[in-house]
Amino acid sequence: MLTAVFWFLALLAAASGFMVFRVNSMARVTIALLVSFLAVGGLLIVLGLAYLGAVVILMMTMEMVIMLVFMIAYMTNPGGLTQMSMYHNKRASLSIAVGTFALLAAGILAVPWPRRAGQPPASPAFQLGQALMGPQMLTMVTLGFVLLATMVGAVVLATSRGRYDRFGDDLRRRSPDDPLRGGVGQ
Amino acid sequence: MSIQLFLLLAAALFAIGLYGALSQQSIVMIMMGLELMLNGVIVAAGAFWHYVAPAAPSGQLVVVVAVVAMAVEMATGFAVATAIFRARDITMSDSATDLKR
Repeated sequence: MLTAVFWFLALLAAASGFMVFRVNSMARVTIALLVSFLAVGGLLIVLGLAYLGAVVILMMTMEMVIMLVFMIAYMTNPGGLTQMSMYHNKRASLSIAVGTFALLAAGILAVPWPRRAGQPPASPAFQLGQALMGPQMLTMVTLGFVLLATMVGAVVLATSRGRYDRFGDDLRRRSPDDPLRGGVGQ
Repeated sequence: MSIQLFLLLAAALFAIGLYGALSQQSIVMIMMGLELMLNGVIVAAGAFWHYVAPAAPSGQLVVVVAVVAMAVEMATGFAVATAIFRARDITMSDSATDLKR
């Protein structure tokens, strides 16, 4: 039973991953990527990582919904009514990708993988939480700061007229250089 | 099921993502390729945890790091796409070749 579920999810993940670069609309691209992520979340559950599988499924569903909005905003062909082909260097990219897969597959099949050391704990989620709140606290703190820096960086990059557009490089300047004055006393 | 099958799937997802990241012109489609590559990393890390060292949390931690990397990649990628679209009105990587000499 588990083997059948594995094959179904594995083929679904790979096929929908492949469809990401085949379909004609960026909305469908996002849906195809979401299906691939959901299949991978399912595979994590098959591996016994129910908590991480659920995290991947929930997070990727939300992420792809947000992505869908941006994809439609930035796409040239929202309806997918015409052919969408935006490639460069297609042949070289294909040969690099196939070569990478062949190299990885050769390594995977040639390496004698070690035997399983130990047994899975009763609750893998407890094992993960204990590690993140204990010996791996540095990982947790680093990831937290990386996410904080990402939030600040993303807002700074995406802002239309930021501090340096309005006030210039001089940090002592008091009044902004706005096209229209705003606030009290306009 | 075996670790080899899981790793072959991970390699396939990584290779498909690599093809997309290298061949696509649109900045957002390049991001899709990068996400697919990280998807492969998640499968490989989960398989390592289950088949090699289930008693240690390291495999699960790699999955957490990969998920965070995906979130960071998407947020920063769309912020960069927004910034370059505001500045130049472009969405294609081929139009942003300032560093190419």
